[in-house]
Amino acid sequence: VTTGTRVEHLLRPLAPQVLGALVRRYGHFGACEDAVQEALLAAAVQWPDEGVPESPRGWLITVASRRLTDELRREGARRRREDAAAAQVPADEQLAPPPGDGAAGDRDDTLVLLFLCCHPELTAASRIALTLRAVGGLTTEEIARAFLVPEATMAQRISRAKARVKAAGGAFDAPPEPERAERLQAVLHVLYLIFNEGYTASSGADLQRAELTSEALRLTRTLHGLLPDDGEVAGLLALMLLTDARRPARSAPDGRLIPLGEQDRSLWNAASIEEGSALIGSALERSVLGPYQLQAAIAAVHAESPRAEETDWPQIAGLYELLARIAPNPMVTLNQAVALAMVAGPRAGLGLLSSLDGDERMDRHHRLHAVRAHLLEMAGDAAEARASYRTAARLTLSLPEQRYLEARAARLAGADH
Amino acid sequence: MKYLLTIHMNPAAFDVLSEDDRNAVMAGHEAFIAELRESGEMAGTIALAEPSNSKTVRVREGAQTVTDGPYIEAKEWLAGFYVVDCDTPERAAELAARIPDAKFSAIEVRPVMFDGGMEM
Repeated sequence: VTTGTRVEHLLRPLAPQVLGALVRRYGHFGACEDAVQEALLAAAVQWPDEGVPESPRGWLITVASRRLTDELRREGARRRREDAAAAQVPADEQLAPPPGDGAAGDRDDTLVLLFLCCHPELTAASRIALTLRAVGGLTTEEIARAFLVPEATMAQRISRAKARVKAAGGAFDAPPEPERAERLQAVLHVLYLIFNEGYTASSGADLQRAELTSEALRLTRTLHGLLPDDGEVAGLLALMLLTDARRPARSAPDGRLIPLGEQDRSLWNAASIEEGSALIGSALERSVLGPYQLQAAIAAVHAESPRAEETDWPQIAGLYELLARIAPNPMVTLNQAVALAMVAGPRAGLGLLSSLDGDERMDRHHRLHAVRAHLLEMAGDAAEARASYRTAARLTLSLPEQRYLEARAARLAGADH
Repeated sequence: MKYLLTIHMNPAAFDVLSEDDRNAVMAGHEAFIAELRESGEMAGTIALAEPSNSKTVRVREGAQTVTDGPYIEAKEWLAGFYVVDCDTPERAAELAARIPDAKFSAIEVRPVMFDGGMEM
């Protein structure tokens, strides 16, 4: 490992702490971010040669604060109406790093920044972009590549998000207690979306997108470090670990998707499973039950059975029933129907699916038809199953999934003759 | 989520527009592009030459033939497209309606397939 790489590893988790500290103190999100970028750049250039300072975080805060002060002064001189902003800037001697480097302060700063990036005024896409940029420290170019949009578009999305946060009143502290739980939910959802965006991308073909998965894991791990007693944070981290553990087994070398039941489980990442299972086990013992914990518990049941045939379906069906009770939604019903079919037979599963009939949005969703096809196939109704697989294949927006569904339909067509 | 917004040009309808109206269409595209850039939803756009400039290429038994003219002769033709990246299908339709050609031609909104999927 070169010194340069070591410095880079050191800088990554420090970036949101420094940005959080600056934003909290001065409030100018956009200007603070520029200043932190400059400080990080200075560190990346100077530290490998001159050595890492005793307090890296304090060094970065001091340098970034100076840059910010200079910038705001320059702005102030350029535009006289910026007097107010300049008045907010304390004198240089007040910018010394706070004592107790690495203590509670920096933890809160990262958390504040996460809350800020998931501001309710922002759209989901903007929250994701801003979180990856400000907390994850990814470059705009990297984020643009991961989401397959032009860099200019991503740059605009991020700067608009910052402007919106500012216009929304610039509450740069953690939200007050009643909003806090809600905002934490929004943060968890954004991390979950980032993970999915990376995970649903086919492996191999697009490594950039796979990086989103590890970034989501890293950020969720950080959040868990900040809020170790929150059951849902632990639940989400466990869910990500247990899902990501299957990555090596979920696609064939030619990019074809391999369903859970057919995966070579010896390829699953045992270390991730062990960590995820331990996390969810202790969360369930200590915390208020929530949807991420339940989903992680289900993933853990799958992970713990060495062969698909040995899956503890009654337990999974029970967990889905609980999930449907505390967080009812059609996608949960679909999964519940599969579990129920494994316990009580395909007709029972199909019966539960019929509760979604007449739901227009679901009727256009490929997943309903894919699950129905699967259950019809289990029930031995090849013709109906084939028709449902075809409908699902037409509706899906995913190429590998379409391939999979068409292959299932074709397999049943062969069974007719 | 990305959507392809294709502009299906109806030349008969375009031809009867006044000069001012046609200029307004061109200016409308500029304004629309600016709006998409501003909102952070622009993923790409292309305007296509008239189909009389097209060539159609076929390979049969290893031999390639190139003929002049479009693959499909039709009254309406593909004049160009936008690719937008937005949060909902409703927003995609809303954006399609802002394309100036929507007033006299039709815009088709199609979700872009992506190279990924949940395991099942």
